[in-house]
Amino acid sequence: MKVRLLHFASFRDAAGREEELRELPEGGRVEDLWAALSREIPLFARYPSMPPAAVNREYVPAGTALRDGDEVAFLPPVAGG
Amino acid sequence: MYLTAEAIDVGALVAETRSSDGALCLFVGVVRDENAGRETTAIEYQAYGTMAELEMARLAESLARDFPDTKVRMRHRIGRLAVGEASVAIAAVSPHRAEAFAACRAAIDRLKTTVPIWKKEFHPDGSSDWVDPSRG
Repeated sequence: MKVRLLHFASFRDAAGREEELRELPEGGRVEDLWAALSREIPLFARYPSMPPAAVNREYVPAGTALRDGDEVAFLPPVAGG
Repeated sequence: MYLTAEAIDVGALVAETRSSDGALCLFVGVVRDENAGRETTAIEYQAYGTMAELEMARLAESLARDFPDTKVRMRHRIGRLAVGEASVAIAAVSPHRAEAFAACRAAIDRLKTTVPIWKKEFHPDGSSDWVDPSRG
């Protein structure tokens, strides 16, 4: 299955792109995707634990199963206001 | 729409809450000229736009639940802002001031923790960095 992964702020700078399509094994969870990214991107590997994640524009727990076509984003510490 | 790339029209926001209620509390966040001892020349706000709109709507729902007699209107600016420009404005109207103050305070406090918006500070030497509030 494929998911659409979006990057923002410091994560966008570290990834070097705004978004990408990621191929994942069926049944892959949000935390599996984070683990894969952490192996590729040094900034992500330095995070002590998985940052807040959103699937289809909603905060979800790390164990959430992903489905084909999902829009996924890992969110660096928010700083609105 | 809660997010805007244009200057926030505070007067229009207040006008949206206009009613015969007794108390109107207005909070306006303004770009400061320094942060943690470093001079700031500008701030760029970046949002996960579609999710930020939804989170602002969820925030409005939570405020309506917790402050049922209070009407709240909110706007958040995105893009590059100069020092002194308004980044966020919140108007809360209630029959009594205690509820208006409390709702306005809750709105900005919750917004800062849940809405996916980030800010990058620019410094006089041309350097810039993303602000991480969790690092104090």
